[in-house]
Amino acid sequence: MSLHSLLSLARSLRSAKECTAQWWAQRVTAIALVPLTLWFVASLLFCLIGADYTTTIAWISTPATAILLILLLTVTFYHSQLGLQVVLEDYIHNEGLKIASIWFVKCTCLVLGLAAVFGILKIVLQG
Amino acid sequence: MSTGKRPLSPHLQVYRPQITSVLSILHRLTGIVLTIGTLHLVYWILAAAGGAETFVTAQVFTVSWLGRLLLFAWTVALFYHLTNGIRHLLWDAGLGFELHQVTLGGWGVLIATGVLTLLAWLAGYGLIGGGP
Repeated sequence: MSLHSLLSLARSLRSAKECTAQWWAQRVTAIALVPLTLWFVASLLFCLIGADYTTTIAWISTPATAILLILLLTVTFYHSQLGLQVVLEDYIHNEGLKIASIWFVKCTCLVLGLAAVFGILKIVLQG
Repeated sequence: MSTGKRPLSPHLQVYRPQITSVLSILHRLTGIVLTIGTLHLVYWILAAAGGAETFVTAQVFTVSWLGRLLLFAWTVALFYHLTNGIRHLLWDAGLGFELHQVTLGGWGVLIATGVLTLLAWLAGYGLIGGGP
């Protein structure tokens, strides 16, 4: 018989609230992405198709555009990371590989998100 | 541990494809496709940040036949994931759980994906007058 109490066993499995937090974050980012994505598709169609370098830079440099683009990209990568994590958890049965792949996705999404924000800020600050 | 002759749950390979299961798999698949698509979006932003020359390089790829094919696949994946995502959010709110509603919503998502993709590409080609 184990000397550990049931309480310590439950504690070692971490808080159940952590998982519901991820579930909620997935839904909240999904709702935020509905208007953001529609805005981006409309912008592609009406502002960016056939636009040259100067027009594109002018469009990105607009404060409202820059803020919405940063929001779109950060929320997208957050949502992607959460979604890919669920897929990996379901299909990878080797525990070590599962943890490694989840962290790989987390780091990749973080780097891509930071790179995108850096690019947008560079365009805004250079005018 | 002896497992005996317990009944097994049907595996995916022997399960008749149904609109519910197929759309569920497509939701995950399009999610993965969209994540891969963000690579091009980030590349496009960094190319624009890099100056006129790198921007033109990115633009040449985007309007090439391969670029357009990828962009078309991205559009289909986006509208599918968007409309089916709204269907998922309605389920989370406890709406539309009856079997006929689930089937009807599924077909609605497929039709909406087709219509929205077609409209977006018609608008795109209409606005640039037949392509650059």
